[in-house]
Amino acid sequence: MRIFDPHIHMTSRTTDDYEAMYAAGVRAVVEPAFWLGQPRTGVSSYLDYFDAITGWERFRASQFGIRHHAAIALNPKEANDPRCREVLPELDRYLRRESVVAVGETGYDSMTPEEDEVLETHLDLAKRHGLPVVVHTPHRDKKHGTQRTLDVIANSGIAPELVVLDHLNEVTVDLVAERGCWMGFSIYPDTKMDPQRMVAILQRLGTERMLVNSAADWGRSDPLLTAKTGRAMLEAGFAEAEVDHVLWENPVAFYGQSGRLDVTPLPGFELGGEAELFEGNSILRGAAAVPVTAAAATVTGAN
Amino acid sequence: MEEQGGVRAGGPGARSSATAALARAGAPAIVVADELETRYRSGDTEERVLVLGVLDRIAAEHAAPDLVRSVGIDLVRDALRTNDPRLVAAAMGPFAGRHLGDHDWRHGVVKLVFMGVPLAGVARLDERADDELARMAEDLAEEREAAGRPIPDDLRALLPADASLEKGR
Repeated sequence: MRIFDPHIHMTSRTTDDYEAMYAAGVRAVVEPAFWLGQPRTGVSSYLDYFDAITGWERFRASQFGIRHHAAIALNPKEANDPRCREVLPELDRYLRRESVVAVGETGYDSMTPEEDEVLETHLDLAKRHGLPVVVHTPHRDKKHGTQRTLDVIANSGIAPELVVLDHLNEVTVDLVAERGCWMGFSIYPDTKMDPQRMVAILQRLGTERMLVNSAADWGRSDPLLTAKTGRAMLEAGFAEAEVDHVLWENPVAFYGQSGRLDVTPLPGFELGGEAELFEGNSILRGAAAVPVTAAAATVTGAN
Repeated sequence: MEEQGGVRAGGPGARSSATAALARAGAPAIVVADELETRYRSGDTEERVLVLGVLDRIAAEHAAPDLVRSVGIDLVRDALRTNDPRLVAAAMGPFAGRHLGDHDWRHGVVKLVFMGVPLAGVARLDERADDELARMAEDLAEEREAAGRPIPDDLRALLPADASLEKGR
């Protein structure tokens, strides 16, 4: 099973996670810009974060055989803080980076007028840069928020196939299906969506325009839930090709619209049995088991 | 408690000294507002909880409360954006009950439901709960039901009287 996790916050995860993800079949991820749990208070911490997810994190993932791309945006919560909104004029230069395949995650948190304005700005940026956009749907008042998000998207004039609405559930998915946008699902240990519920939605609506992600972050989450969902699909009678369609071909098609996506195997990971390279011989110890660049030595000195 | 020379910054008693300093601030509104904001922004979570806790009293006691109120609302909205249940719960105290706008206040209530924090601590809940909050609660209960997840009692209590969900579950 080859897996592309289209939404995961790897800066919050450990190298053990990278190893386990690779072993489970994950070969590519997209890391959308996000908040940190502790609210940011200014632009500079934002810029350092954007540099981290387009720089260090991309490198860290590459050491484990995983292609890493980013999506860039001011997140919905911090859109409400005037000190953070100052980051908006800086987004252009990040959206030109080769490692950036989308705008996101944007969308609503509390559905304030400030969030309306920032969502519209992000949709304009996506149109201008010809990039797909990852839109978070709110936890609170989700149905109403999803409807309002779809209205703003329609008014913006962006092509629906460039947009994914994420964190959908049984109640909101149909609203999105009929508008032609992509449908994203975050599989969580106990809240947003679980593998069995996901399978039921795929049985009802099919596999087209469906994206399954772990949205793993610093909260209770599991970066292997994409793989577990793939197994639940097989157990429910889906063919391997259908699992591959959802877990690999769909995210490749969606982010491929950026024209920047590279999902070829990383050097040193071209063959099938690469995972064995890691057994008992962590690359973090600077082992020579895989060809690494000179810069890889810095991974060891993380502290 | 008076702030004494013996109180070490960050040491035992320092936080209550900070609160006392706020209470003493019978100064012009701009000084009080500035003091509140500085103490919140430069404080750790526990200090922020204390500042949120004194907002209502200070806004009520001050002769020119407008500026104090405006800063208080900014701080409450800041706390409501966090994911720390201590801050969100403190933000939904008496000051928010009296001064926070309906939209933000409703989102604060629903956020506490999400976090599993009992609504018993929400000031003026019965008085302010309106049809829109009931609609939000009903939509959330519908999602929980579709997901096969339980509906917590606090959420059930917010539902409209004629809600069509399986209330017995």
